[in-house]
Amino acid sequence: MGQIHLEKVRKTFGDVVIIPDLDLQIEDGEFVVFVGPSGCGKSTLLRLIAGLEDVTGGKIVIDGKDATTLPPAKRGLAMVFQSYALYPHMSVRKNIAFPLKMAGMDKAEIDRRVDYAAKTLNLDNYIDRRPGQLSGGQRQRVAIGRAIVREPKAFLFDEPLSNLDAALRVGMRLEISELHQRLKTTMVYVTHDQVEAMTMADKIVVLRAGNIEQVGSPLELYTAPRNTFVAGFIGSPKMNLLGGAEAAKYQAATMGVRPEHIRLSTTDGAWKGTVKVSEHLGSDTFLHVESPVHDEPLTVRAGGEFPVHAGDVVYLTPQEDKIHRFDDKGLAIKGNGRATG
Amino acid sequence: MRGDRSGNAMATTHTKSLARAMMAPAVIVLLIWMIVPLAMTLYFSTLNYTLYNPFSTPFVGFENYSYFLTDPTFLAALANTLVLVLGVLAITVGGGILIALLLDQDFYGVNIVRLLVIAPFFVMPTVAALVWKNMMMNPVYGVIGQLLQAVGLAPIDWMTEVPLLSIVIIVAWQWLPFATLILLTALQSLSMDQKEAAEMDGAKALSIFWYITLPHMSRAITVVILIQTIFLLSIYAEILVTTQGGPGSQSTNITYLVAQQATSYGDIGAASAGGIVAVILANIVAIFLVRLIGKNLDA
Repeated sequence: MGQIHLEKVRKTFGDVVIIPDLDLQIEDGEFVVFVGPSGCGKSTLLRLIAGLEDVTGGKIVIDGKDATTLPPAKRGLAMVFQSYALYPHMSVRKNIAFPLKMAGMDKAEIDRRVDYAAKTLNLDNYIDRRPGQLSGGQRQRVAIGRAIVREPKAFLFDEPLSNLDAALRVGMRLEISELHQRLKTTMVYVTHDQVEAMTMADKIVVLRAGNIEQVGSPLELYTAPRNTFVAGFIGSPKMNLLGGAEAAKYQAATMGVRPEHIRLSTTDGAWKGTVKVSEHLGSDTFLHVESPVHDEPLTVRAGGEFPVHAGDVVYLTPQEDKIHRFDDKGLAIKGNGRATG
Repeated sequence: MRGDRSGNAMATTHTKSLARAMMAPAVIVLLIWMIVPLAMTLYFSTLNYTLYNPFSTPFVGFENYSYFLTDPTFLAALANTLVLVLGVLAITVGGGILIALLLDQDFYGVNIVRLLVIAPFFVMPTVAALVWKNMMMNPVYGVIGQLLQAVGLAPIDWMTEVPLLSIVIIVAWQWLPFATLILLTALQSLSMDQKEAAEMDGAKALSIFWYITLPHMSRAITVVILIQTIFLLSIYAEILVTTQGGPGSQSTNITYLVAQQATSYGDIGAASAGGIVAVILANIVAIFLVRLIGKNLDA
């Protein structure tokens, strides 16, 4: 079991409202990612669920039981911190065993569970080392080990990969996804990195200034963003958002088209432009094109090699069926030949 | 200084010998500073040298040592020294941890309270001892006596009834701020995440203190014990202005006994021998301490 329901949860620090009334349902076994820019309240929301912060108003219901005023330990949740928060004076074994020891479990059962967790996470060889003698990725795994031995109702991850280097991050992302497949326990994961959100989540919650902008599966958010904020935040590189005359052609205040949904040509197309920067990655080519239709450079993706360089003239044609339209409040307008949001 | 940190690959041998030449004067001055007094003390400790007849100082070998070591006061002084050091350490480390935990909380006026707690450290030992002797512990008009009488108890004549305990209390009062300050800084460097993680792991306040906070402070506690031991072995002023080692030798420590040989009996030879004994004892304690808890300082 691991249902977490937030009902009108509210958090203020003095006069500053961090999270205005917020409702959210997290179902059993789901991998839910809170994503948003820095300061959007996603970590605070996680800490409210964990019980490390008290709510100002509203209810937190875990598995049908009101947990709003329960202390953290009684909620049956385990948390992995951004800094890992390992106990530096204890060996890996003692770190992982700590929650079990606090629960008063008997020695043999603790050893059995710690050994199992260490084996699952490939920590057998480091079991007697201290955290200071481990690499970042190993510390991360110890932190996860400390969380899984408790067999919690849900795991809470607070930006767990942000202290790792890029290559390790990709590896740990996979490991956490695999862990979720195997344990089938609810996981709530906070990140500012939309790639992590897209690759790992069953359900993404996009937050801005404590408000939920949209909730949905990664592909829902990608194909049908509810507003310009989600449109700009999900997807890499960012969606091109154009106002003015181009948008008016589509009866919208803003029109958006993703870099991968623009056809490139050196001979003809809808928009003429000049290449400002070209990034050749081998598998893809990203072009930043200056064009009279928009005052900022447009980003365009071409699969494979596209042999142009800075200063070359290119023509861009947005794919009609992949165009997103938004009204003057930034909300998506349904229809016009494409699946809606 | 070992030469294995060759960050600058150029002319390491050259820079090394230059560094040695530059450091030599300081090292030599320090050596003389230490060696000359030690050598003179060693020399005097083998002479029959009294202030009553300072012009005749015949060589007597180890006689001064046997005189000093067989003096029944010596063993008493040794025991008193240990009680003094251990008593003050227990009070300052224990009390320091408690006060540090208190001062780590956020409450109204915490800054002023911190200043007040640190204040005793700035009071000179003689002044502190006199204040305690005359204003706190005096059985007739001392604050403690008055308080005891107010609740109907007989006042205690601290300096005659429990002289060593009195000195322990005075010295502990002086050193408590030091311990508190060091332990407080250690406490403040404990990351909030660790406490929160322990809280999530189901640790109660007492378990968090025992398993997280105390191990985190262990290094600071080691530093407090090492530094305080060095100073507590040489307590003198507090004894001089309060009990003068008495009654009898009940509050005489080794330092006071050594000084007594010279000031009361004018026996420079015996005082020197006592000084050497004190140096050896201090070194034994130092080796013991470094072996026992010094390993906390690595890693």
